[in-house]
Amino acid sequence: MKHTRAMVLVSGDPLSLERGAMDVYNRLQDEIKAFGIDQEVNVTLVPELGRHDAAPLVVVYPEAVIYGPVKPENVHYLVEEHLYKGRVAAELQASVKELSGKIAWLTARKGTLPAEQRIVLERAGLIDPTSVEDYIVHDGYQALGKVLAEMKPTDVIDLVSKSGLRGRGGAGFPTGTKWGFVAKAPGSPKYVICNADESEPGTFKDRLLLEGDPHCLVEAMVIAAYAVGASEGYIYVRGEYSLAQERLHLAILQAKEMGFLGKNIFNTDFSFDLHIHSGAGAYICGEETALIESIEGKTGQPRSRPPFPTTHGLWGKPTLVNNVETLANIPAIIRHGAEWYRSFGTPSSPGTKVYTILGNVNMTGLIEVPMGITLREVITIYAKGMKDGKAFKFAQTGGSSGSVIPASLQDTPMDFDSFNKAGVSLGSGALLICNEDNCVVDMAKVLLNFFRKESCGKCNPCRIGCQRSWEILNAISEGRGKMEDLPVLMELSANLANLSNCGLGQTAGTPIHDILTHFRAEVEAHIRLKVCPAGVCRMREKVLR
Amino acid sequence: MTTIKSLEDLKKLREQALEKRKAKSASGSTQVIVAMGTCGIAAGARDTMKAILETIEKEGISDIIVTQTGCIGLCEREPIVQVVVGENPKVTYGKVTPEVARQIMHDHIQNGKIVENHVIPM
Ligand SMILES: Cc1cc2nc3c(=O)[nH]c(=O)nc-3n(C[C@H](O)[C@H](O)[C@H](O)COP(=O)(O)O)c2cc1C
Ligand code: SF4
Repeated sequence: MKHTRAMVLVSGDPLSLERGAMDVYNRLQDEIKAFGIDQEVNVTLVPELGRHDAAPLVVVYPEAVIYGPVKPENVHYLVEEHLYKGRVAAELQASVKELSGKIAWLTARKGTLPAEQRIVLERAGLIDPTSVEDYIVHDGYQALGKVLAEMKPTDVIDLVSKSGLRGRGGAGFPTGTKWGFVAKAPGSPKYVICNADESEPGTFKDRLLLEGDPHCLVEAMVIAAYAVGASEGYIYVRGEYSLAQERLHLAILQAKEMGFLGKNIFNTDFSFDLHIHSGAGAYICGEETALIESIEGKTGQPRSRPPFPTTHGLWGKPTLVNNVETLANIPAIIRHGAEWYRSFGTPSSPGTKVYTILGNVNMTGLIEVPMGITLREVITIYAKGMKDGKAFKFAQTGGSSGSVIPASLQDTPMDFDSFNKAGVSLGSGALLICNEDNCVVDMAKVLLNFFRKESCGKCNPCRIGCQRSWEILNAISEGRGKMEDLPVLMELSANLANLSNCGLGQTAGTPIHDILTHFRAEVEAHIRLKVCPAGVCRMREKVLR
Repeated sequence: MTTIKSLEDLKKLREQALEKRKAKSASGSTQVIVAMGTCGIAAGARDTMKAILETIEKEGISDIIVTQTGCIGLCEREPIVQVVVGENPKVTYGKVTPEVARQIMHDHIQNGKIVENHVIPM
């Protein structure tokens, strides 16, 4: 197994190539082999790094040192100094300290890689989740004590707004703003709901927190309730998460006994009660309005919006719905302040993000890293490279409701705004990394099959659109597709996005749009040549003859 | 359990708990932590836990605390077991089958020899 400890990027834009970037790239590989460190260091030629004034550029991670202009004869020295001996080769450093290209942000977090940054999962896997004492020893319930003793509800909301925290449930809505809406909404009682449905395939970040650090969520929910003026709360936990439910039950019991929940918390006038509601296994119940219907005992179908839950939520009352990971950031933000929180991640998306890494990589599992890290970094450093040295083809983000990201976009910083700009979405934090042996048609087919089954059926664009898209993709994958199908698919995908009532339908067409944008040739090969280039789809015999 | 009425109460409780812990590790007692998240359990952490508890009983090992924790994110290396002997740094083991667990109990805990080939460098 290859353990990458450093990553070297060489700029490959036309100017750099003209100035000998290819020679530099080749020499780097030779030298790295000569020093016997080719198993630990990864060298890549990337399309564009910016800063033409110092081309060709060489950037070395994890320290993010920028070298340039680098000549082939400098390479030996650079490799020996930086990669072999581990010192910065100062003479070769570029006069520029920042890049102006796609990864200009990288200098902002010099030295923070490859160490993970754990805020949300600070205690998960460290403490005994069944012991409230262990939680308290690790600074537990201090944030709640501070809030109740020293802060007004508006202070808490201000602090959360200042921290720049954005919802981790998928949409990235500013958390402080949402809290403000609920606090200002007329009506009582108000409710706080934690969305722990986590039904995106391949996502298990919330489960890890619920199982490993349940008190953190309890503490965060009491703080949220105080800030928005709620007296009752629900944790909507995915039905299959029995261990998480068991530990939450215990945590609530312990918190009640110690006076962190219930009447007169910390001896103040503030009282708050917390319940667990077990989900019944429908993906759509993760959507906040369907989730609310489900708690009310109705069929889990999304409501029409507006009005939004912030004013008309559970039982028609103002309701705050936040994801587990969003809430888990709160105690740390209260303890350390907004400034501190903003020191992680990017200016528009501060903090960290928990990802579940799956697919054809050497190391699958869970990581928590600063926002704004790139897919390339995730694959090379945290996932320890592609399995069997195969080529990275595309990644699928967010379980199912995210995007298909082609290799050409792997240097886009993973934060809400950069992803929006690139036309892709972060989803819930699952990263399915696929190599060249995977077929995009096959993947889109699998995803649409999922959406077709999970659509609640309330509105036509989604109920019929998902079914029809799946049928066409299925036909294409069996060699029965026609070229005329492609504009139809595009139209279906656009209708899904524009006309659906809720997020499920709105994102269901994304994979279709993405594969037709980035992998059109591969899709057409299925239709024109009746061949699956990746060798995944089985063409019908009859079609071939 | 006592009810916490103020930040002072909380701080006091925390300090008491810390004192208790310090006294325990100073006396050289051993702590074994088994990661028991869903991934750990799926990988067989319950059997590992059972093997540890059985060994303690059979060998009559004293001054030892066995606790559980959640997943630490290295789901691929589960079942994960961590061992802290006295004031020594924590050692993290991966892929701990019941058999490996018995070896850890024997080599590391009873004889102070770390089972190197199962250590995950942290
Ligand atoms: C089909 C669908 C499924 C969803 N599933 C989840 C989920 O499992 N967990 C979650 O937190 N949010 C999920 N959401 C997003 C929620 O509707 C909501 O935006 C989120 O809980 C808000 O919390 P946040 O502001 O903290 O991100 C889903 C949305 C849709 C459309
Ligand atoms: S978009 Fe789909 S899941 Fe959402 S309400 Fe309409 S039919 Fe139901």
